[in-house]
Amino acid sequence: MTKWAIVADLRRCTGCQTCTAACRHANATLPGVQYRKVLDVEVGSYPEVQRVFVPVGCMHCDEPPCRDVCPTTATKKRADGIVTIDYDLCIGCGYCIVACPYQARYKVSKAEFAFGHNPTSSETQRYDKRLLGVAQKCTFCSDRVDEGLAQGLTPGVDPRATPACVNACIADALYFGNTDDAGSNVSQLLDGNKSFRMHEELGTGPNIHYLWDEES
Amino acid sequence: MKGDGGAGQFQGVTPWLQTAWDMRAAGNFIGGGTGTGLLFLAAIAALAGGGSPLLVVVGLIAVAGGLFSVFLEIGRPFRSLNTFLGGRRSWMTREAYVAMALFPLGLASLVWPAATPFLLLLVLPYIYCQARMLKEAKGIPAWREPAIIPLIMASALAEGAGLFALLTAILGRRLPPWALLLLLLALGLRAGVWLVYRRRLASGGAPTRVVPKLARFTPPFLFAGHAVPLFLLVVAAVLPSLLAPLAALAGVVVLLAGWAMKAFIITRIALNQGFAIPVTPVRGKRRKGVDAAGTAPGWHQ
Repeated sequence: MTKWAIVADLRRCTGCQTCTAACRHANATLPGVQYRKVLDVEVGSYPEVQRVFVPVGCMHCDEPPCRDVCPTTATKKRADGIVTIDYDLCIGCGYCIVACPYQARYKVSKAEFAFGHNPTSSETQRYDKRLLGVAQKCTFCSDRVDEGLAQGLTPGVDPRATPACVNACIADALYFGNTDDAGSNVSQLLDGNKSFRMHEELGTGPNIHYLWDEES
Repeated sequence: MKGDGGAGQFQGVTPWLQTAWDMRAAGNFIGGGTGTGLLFLAAIAALAGGGSPLLVVVGLIAVAGGLFSVFLEIGRPFRSLNTFLGGRRSWMTREAYVAMALFPLGLASLVWPAATPFLLLLVLPYIYCQARMLKEAKGIPAWREPAIIPLIMASALAEGAGLFALLTAILGRRLPPWALLLLLLALGLRAGVWLVYRRRLASGGAPTRVVPKLARFTPPFLFAGHAVPLFLLVVAAVLPSLLAPLAALAGVVVLLAGWAMKAFIITRIALNQGFAIPVTPVRGKRRKGVDAAGTAPGWHQ
């Protein structure tokens, strides 16, 4: 079996937002839409204060609440765990947006570009009208994963089969791989480190794992 | 996001007010609750021999108005029939299924009044679907609180009973005792469930910013929306000659309070979950005395 997941090493993330920029470039998202965000979180109180940078986005949950509420079945979960949206089926009711406890989904009703109403030539080429008025979110770069697999590549190891955010990370803080494979990069990282998942108490089974300390 | 803003825009680490559902979505809960509540009483009135086509017509119009309101909210309205595809999991689809049975039966009852009591079989599932729709929105703590289910259902009954009292006065009929009793019961139930709902949200069930909003809303909601109509109904019981106008006035107040409550829940306290880390990552060597506690910004720590 395959279950794709991202492992984010919070000890290494510098909050540079290169993953955010790479994601926006790869997916040509409109201004304000960020499938991959990096939170800047302050922890503690003076004088013991730390900043923690936390990459977030769609968690491709085991039990995605967005799928459960979708009235059109536009949101589906693939056998490999990736949660997808059929843009031609979605009616843009926004129910999935309020069902997601990770604030991972967006709906843009009117296209605005980096410089206002008039798109640049690059934006004109890459603008996808299908996304107007419907829900959109991170896909784990499923097109890259699928194409890579078709070419015999290993997602998470070969960059051409790996999500853009993971490829772009300058701090080696993001990893992508198959958590159902005990020998995979992400499984080994999870074995050798302490990790948590966000809002786990909600029962969603998120598939972004955060490393925070070595296993003692 | 420029232009229309776009629903879901990132606004920081602490929970923020969702913008995916606005008053148009609230309109569905307002119209659906009031309409099904009224149809519930219309069905009982028919059983008691006091039915009226007006009650059914107004009830159906309210439900239809709610559905039309949400139709105005969706991004791709011409695909709205796709709503019927998700019945395996989605309470929104199930609501649509029930609506598809409710309207033919309601219209049929206008032709064959003997069919009116059968509306009872559909109005309860309809309002339950609406309540579950909110409950399943896991991203909004104020909606996923389990007390939302009895709250939405109690308010539907109260709103329906309030509108029934008003329409009975308009029809020049005497408000039947069972309807008065139902109005009082629904009023008490809604106030009681609201207090439970409020307590649960205020004691860690919702982001901290929700708490002062609840504190501001609750006194006028309970006083104007419950104590005042209760007083009016007590006066009406003492002075039977004023029963019709006072019950109608109380009904209007109960109705408006229910609408205000739903608008408040959908558009004012619907802060999302925000983000949290249960532990702080250890960078370099762990410092003695500094634990690895995490944080949940915007929530009671």
